[in-house]
This record gives sequence, structure tokens and C-alpha cells, in this order.
Amino acid sequence: MTAAFDQPTITDAARRLRAGELSATELTRAALARAAARAADLHAFITVAEEAALRDAAASDARLRAGKPAGALEGIPIAIKDVIATAGIRTTAGSRILADFVPPYDATVTARLRAAGAVIVGKTNCDEFAMGSSNENSAFGPARNPWDVTRVPGGSSGGSAVAVAASLALGSLGTDTGGSIRLPASYCGVVGMKPTYGRVSRYGVIAYASSLDQVGPFARDVTDCALLLGVLAGHDARDSTSVERAVPDYGDALAGGAKGLRIAIPGEYFVEGMEPDVERAVQSAVETLGGLGAQIGSVSLPHTEYAVSAYYVVATAEASSNLARYDGVRYGSRVDGDGTLLEMYRRTRAAGFGDEVKRRIMLGTYALSAGYYDAYYLKAQRVRTLILNDFARVFQDADVIVTPTAPTTAFRLGEKVADPLQMYLSDIFTISVNLAGLPAISLPCGIDAAGLPIGLQIIGPPFGEELVLRAARAYEAATDWHTRRPPAPGGSR
Amino acid sequence: MKISRDEIRHVALLARLALDPAEEEAMTATLDAILTYMEKLGALDTSAVEPTAHMLELPAAWREDRVTNVSDTDALLANAPARDGDFFRVPKIIE
Repeated sequence: MTAAFDQPTITDAARRLRAGELSATELTRAALARAAARAADLHAFITVAEEAALRDAAASDARLRAGKPAGALEGIPIAIKDVIATAGIRTTAGSRILADFVPPYDATVTARLRAAGAVIVGKTNCDEFAMGSSNENSAFGPARNPWDVTRVPGGSSGGSAVAVAASLALGSLGTDTGGSIRLPASYCGVVGMKPTYGRVSRYGVIAYASSLDQVGPFARDVTDCALLLGVLAGHDARDSTSVERAVPDYGDALAGGAKGLRIAIPGEYFVEGMEPDVERAVQSAVETLGGLGAQIGSVSLPHTEYAVSAYYVVATAEASSNLARYDGVRYGSRVDGDGTLLEMYRRTRAAGFGDEVKRRIMLGTYALSAGYYDAYYLKAQRVRTLILNDFARVFQDADVIVTPTAPTTAFRLGEKVADPLQMYLSDIFTISVNLAGLPAISLPCGIDAAGLPIGLQIIGPPFGEELVLRAARAYEAATDWHTRRPPAPGGSR
Repeated sequence: MKISRDEIRHVALLARLALDPAEEEAMTATLDAILTYMEKLGALDTSAVEPTAHMLELPAAWREDRVTNVSDTDALLANAPARDGDFFRVPKIIE
């Protein structure tokens, strides 16, 4: 395996595959070998689909030799978060209750990847049912951060971020309900994007909180991210919340540059307790964008401090409803009790779900229960309107909003496990974006004193993915943070 | 206290979750801390604010009333924890 094999971007690899300089089989074997070599220390995958991947790679090679590539991702090894259905490949959602679940069909995003020629190398580790900020809630054990294996990769799509950061795949899919793509992208030093609510189909995606969930890509750079988004985006008749709206060529948006972009900086995102290195890196990124000709202005998003509370009411209420389907009847594990249906339900769910999932089901059930609905759920939905209005006001005079992705870099494994509320506050800068349904990206903008990557978040107006990608690419083109790689295996800082 | 042990037991029944005594105790303490943090929502006057369910203004989706699903009983039953012929098997619910 040569260094060149380890490190290509999707864009590079696609060009070399088409030129015949590289085969999909070689590329896939290299990815699988790295995944195997790093399985013990990184635990990025729950399931590696070696046999299927090599079969798909051989089919890609046949199409490439015939000069008839299926699409933009022909022969490219891609990893998929284990909450997204893959026909014939086990899909666990990081939960004991689905430990043996093999979907009979592909999610629409899986089908779109396949149609574009992608080789699916495996299913990535994640917090159980995408509930968590550190990947420590996986029933199969946590994934670890390749920059320092004593630290978390972020969650919930931790394995997807790790797979890209450590070149176990050239790109990956995650889901983002409160920051679950952007936070691990930030902690692992890769690019991760949450598209606008409704931009990408969720058919076949295991639901957590349906008014917030969205699928998006992880990639090594903004160009690859735009390429993946173009494959994923578009209306799907099987998802009534996907929007009938033309998908632009996101690659075209990349060349726009920062000149003339109106960039808003919200004061509420520079808070006490923030890591000084993070604040410095983000301020420096803003200066870079200003130097490239963007107009920088200070704004206020006054309801930011209420976002975490509103989110944990709305998300848990929806989760309590969505997870009612795991009842030991149609799929998943079952534990029989005293022979009654009620005891079978209660014991099945007690044995199948982990602590954080139980906590969120309880919180959501409480918030929706008689006597509390108005005080919690309805109240949170009204606060959601205020948060939405804050963003709408700012976007009247701005193209994008720039913030840190998180107040700190990756924390240590175990550091926040005992205090769920502290864990929830990791998402303080990402959560509002989901409540408002906006598109946002996280991309690398620095390395802190401990040697850990720092993420820059760029938020756009509804369906403003092109503005987000344009700003992100302009910053990336002027800096080299995206080229920094984690240390060699065994490295810890 | 925002939430009592009795309320936790009631909610666990609604949620169809069996919790052992240690879990009940831990759940009471954790949910109490989270609900106390959430009290800040009450500080906002939202009497004149409409609730938002999600950010899209979507019309109802219409389609032809045509069967598009492929019915494959074996594939659909393959993940069932208990099966009886072409049926999901469940504990007896009618005496």
C-alpha cells in the first residue's frame, strides 16, 4: 500500500480511476486493510462488508474498463452510518435491540450511492439510535478519535468521521439531529455537512427525531463534500418531507470566492468557558475571510441560550414516539416476561435499550404526558419559532453565519458520561441549526495546544447550501488545515 | 424536586420500560436535573408566539392510488423474533 493510496480525495481517486491509473479493487482493498488494521484502536465500524465491497468494486472495475462509469462515485469506497438501511448488510443503530437486524431494502441515500457507483465498505459506529455527542452510547463500545485515542471522536456519527479522518473510506454518510455530523467532523478534523431539512430523503433512515433528522456527508475537503451532497440531494416520493426542488450543481458553487459575501458573526456564540484556542482559531478564520473580500458584521441571535432546552424537549418527545416501534414483535430482540403482552414489551425494551436511550424515552414521554404537554412540548415549539425568527432576521442582511462548531476540542473518553447535562451542552453551537432546519457545514480551521483539530461552522439560509459551500471553499483554498492528518497508529497526545 | 419517584414509575409504565429500583433512583435524579435546567424556558413570554412543528411549509403530497410495494412475506418476516407460518407471533392478548 503506497502513501498515495492512503490519502487520495474522492476527486483525485475518481480521476485516477477513470484514467486507469488505479482500480476500484485496489482502492477498496486498501480501505479494507486500513479498517482491519485500525479496528482495535479506532473501532470505527460496527460491520465491515468486505465480501460485498469487493464484489461491488469488481463490478465498478468492469464498468470503468468498458468506459461506462455508473456515476460520480464509480469505484469510490464509502462508509455508511449504522442508522441507515443497507439491504443485506446488518444495520444495528448502535443498539442491542437491533443487533441482528438485516434490512430487506436500501434507504434512498444508500440506493443513490450505489447508483452513482460507490462501493459500500461497511457500517460505522455511532451512539445508540444517534443519541449522544461522544459515540460512547454505542452498545458495541465507543469509536475513538484518531488524533488521540484517549479522546472521543464526537457523536453521534463518530465512526463516520473517524473513517474519513483515518482514511478507512474516502467519504461517509452520517445523520445530524442536533449536531451529530458537525460535532464529530470538528473533533476529527474533517468536513461534515448537514443539509437543509427536506433536502435529502430520509426513507430507510432509522428515525430519532423526525422534525430535526437529516442525512449528510463527511469528506476530506469541501470539494468532495459538494460532490457527495449532489449525489444525495433531491426529492423522493417515498419521503413526504423531502422537497420537490431542483438540485443545483454544487461543484459550480465552489468557485464563487469570498469577495462580496456578507458574513454575520453572532455574539452569543463566543461564550464564557470556551477554549481560548478555539476562540482564537475562529477569530482568525473570520479575519481570513475578511481579507478575502467578505464583509464581516456582528449580529445577535438572542434566543440561543434557550436552544438546548427546546431541543431536548422536542427531540426526546419525538424519540419517545419513534422508538415505540421497538416492541419485540416485527423486528429486533424480544424478552418474554410472565406471558403477558405488557411484560413482554417492558422487558424487551428494558433489555434492548441502553441508559441514554431510556433516559430520552422517559424525558420525552414525560414531556408529552397528560398535564405537562403545554408546559414542555408546546412551550418548546413556541421557543422554536423564536429561534427560527432570530435566524430569519439575520439572513435578511447576511449570506452566511460563521461560528465555532463547538466550544472545545475533543474531550476524553469517560469525561462526561456521568453528567448527561454536560454532555448535552457539547451541542450548544449546533443545535439551533436543527431547530431552524438550516444547512450548515463544519470544516477544519486550526489545531489547539493539545494537538486536536478545531472546527469552523458556516450556517446558511434555507436551501442555501451553495452559499455555505462557496464560503467554506473560499476559506479552505486560502488555508491548509484540511491537509493536516492525524498521527500514525498508536499515537496519543 | 421537579419529578418524583412515583412519577418516574408512572412514566416508565407509559413508555413500556421495566426499570429496576436502582434505575428508578438514578432516573429520578437525572431527569430532575435536566428538568430543572429546562425551567429557563418558562422565563420566556411566548403567549403571542405560534408553535413551530418543523420549518417546511409543505402541501400534502398526492399520488395515484396504485400499489407500488412488492409483497414478500418471507423478507418481511425474516427479522421477526417469533414467527408462526405467515404471521408474527405474540403473547396471548385475549382471555
